[in-house]
Amino acid sequence: MGKVLMKGNEVIGEAAILAGCHYFFGYPITPQSELVAYMAKRLPEVKGLFLQAESEVSAINMVYGASSAGVRVMTSSSSPGFSLKQEGISYLAAANLPAVIVNIARGGPGLGNIQPSQSDYFQVTKGGGHGDYYTPVLAPSTLQEIVDLTQEAFRIADQYRTPVILLGDGMLGQMMEPVEFLKTDNQIVIDKEWATTGTKGDGSPKTITSLDLNDVKLEERNCKLQEKYKLIRRNEIKVDTYLMEDAEMAIVAYGTVARICQSAIDRVRDEGMKIGLIRPISLWPYPTDVIASYCERLNKIVVVEMSAGQMVEDVRLSVEGKVPISFYGRTGGIIPTVEELVEQFQMHGNGVLR
Amino acid sequence: MKEEIIIAGFGGQGVMSMGQLLAFAGMKQGKEVSWLPSYGPEQRGGTANVSVVISDSKVGSPIIDSPTTVILLNNPSFEKFEKKVVPGGNILTNGDLVNLPCKRNDISLFSIQATTIAEKLGNHRVAGMVILGAFIEKTGILSKESLVEALLHVLGKEKQHLIPVNIAALESGMEMVL
Repeated sequence: MGKVLMKGNEVIGEAAILAGCHYFFGYPITPQSELVAYMAKRLPEVKGLFLQAESEVSAINMVYGASSAGVRVMTSSSSPGFSLKQEGISYLAAANLPAVIVNIARGGPGLGNIQPSQSDYFQVTKGGGHGDYYTPVLAPSTLQEIVDLTQEAFRIADQYRTPVILLGDGMLGQMMEPVEFLKTDNQIVIDKEWATTGTKGDGSPKTITSLDLNDVKLEERNCKLQEKYKLIRRNEIKVDTYLMEDAEMAIVAYGTVARICQSAIDRVRDEGMKIGLIRPISLWPYPTDVIASYCERLNKIVVVEMSAGQMVEDVRLSVEGKVPISFYGRTGGIIPTVEELVEQFQMHGNGVLR
Repeated sequence: MKEEIIIAGFGGQGVMSMGQLLAFAGMKQGKEVSWLPSYGPEQRGGTANVSVVISDSKVGSPIIDSPTTVILLNNPSFEKFEKKVVPGGNILTNGDLVNLPCKRNDISLFSIQATTIAEKLGNHRVAGMVILGAFIEKTGILSKESLVEALLHVLGKEKQHLIPVNIAALESGMEMVL
């Protein structure tokens, strides 16, 4: 097929179809509406089903229904709309139902604005809805990575029977870059023997529910969930590093802002500063051990986010006080510029490295 | 080699499409590219801009603080972006629409009567192509062939009859900066 030039939102849609997702329930909201529009156009072409729900709440519950029937299914929204889906995501997690939910985040809190933001980090990585649950979260930083991670999200969802979040922001959703649609190994063969597709008269009805009025049974269900999360923590951590081989100062950043950091790092490297980037790709499970493994060599860590400081808490937990940590963030939908980050990195570098 | 381009003008002038043509042509020429629109709450007749990076190496930030070239299609855009161009960079304007004096003497300014030229060619809508022609001739970042290939792709089957006038516009633009 070769390379094509597409918007990030559309890339998510095409990658989902490549992963065998033929069901999409959505509701438009800027800056993710192109994904809904793309699915509306493309899914009928592959004999799939697109349905625009009357709200985000109904879309996520339609996902619950489709997933119960054993198909690969996706929904998407942006921050305020994503908040509306939280009850449904908690139900999916409790009922062990696989699904992929996309959040192309925008400035908050409240209705906020439509510019890019990373201020939904707490919500996506710490559960989001009610009850003891986590969802795996994948955060691409290029459109090519969206192709891989969207497929990967479906693989993880099916393998562990869990909702998975794909987290982007307005910039990734709106920008265009050349991408190549290469199929990843996402089609692991899973017999969804639990799917409620009818008993065909064998007298063994299946039930999918998140309700358990018996306290002992509900605790058992919780224990099983926690066992599953342990397994995901062991197997599904993804992280990328850039120029960390000899780094004395590390920048920790993910998604959109990691790209800006990389450009800024290149510039201060030219001045001789030994600086590198640790880029978490899975935000839950978090690459705690990878960050910890660099502690001995590092004089300083600077965490950069498009938020008031959310991921920085996970970095602190990883480092356990062994390295001084600074934070730099912009809020309100503002993306920090390369110049601004160069200045920040120089300032911290001067204080610590010389 | 790396060009960081901002194209700005009124909504409806073809700002986004011009950027898309450059990004597509860059991709076809085997370069790394990115295309990022300003997508704030815009209104018809308001200003719009797009940032395009064309580079031999991977594109880090798709956001451009200091463009190497700006293509400006109205006065408000000129006021906003004139000061952002790197020293030694290029400002290309549609001289039929931009009439503010340039305060910079450390950049190359090309004021091209693009609408006049396009009208002479019989279609005022190809004014953007005139300026893109000047851009590729001045910077050498893209070949005329890859831009034509991008045009074939963007126009699609139904609008192939518009190819000759677009190519003529491209060539007129290239001659303007010789």
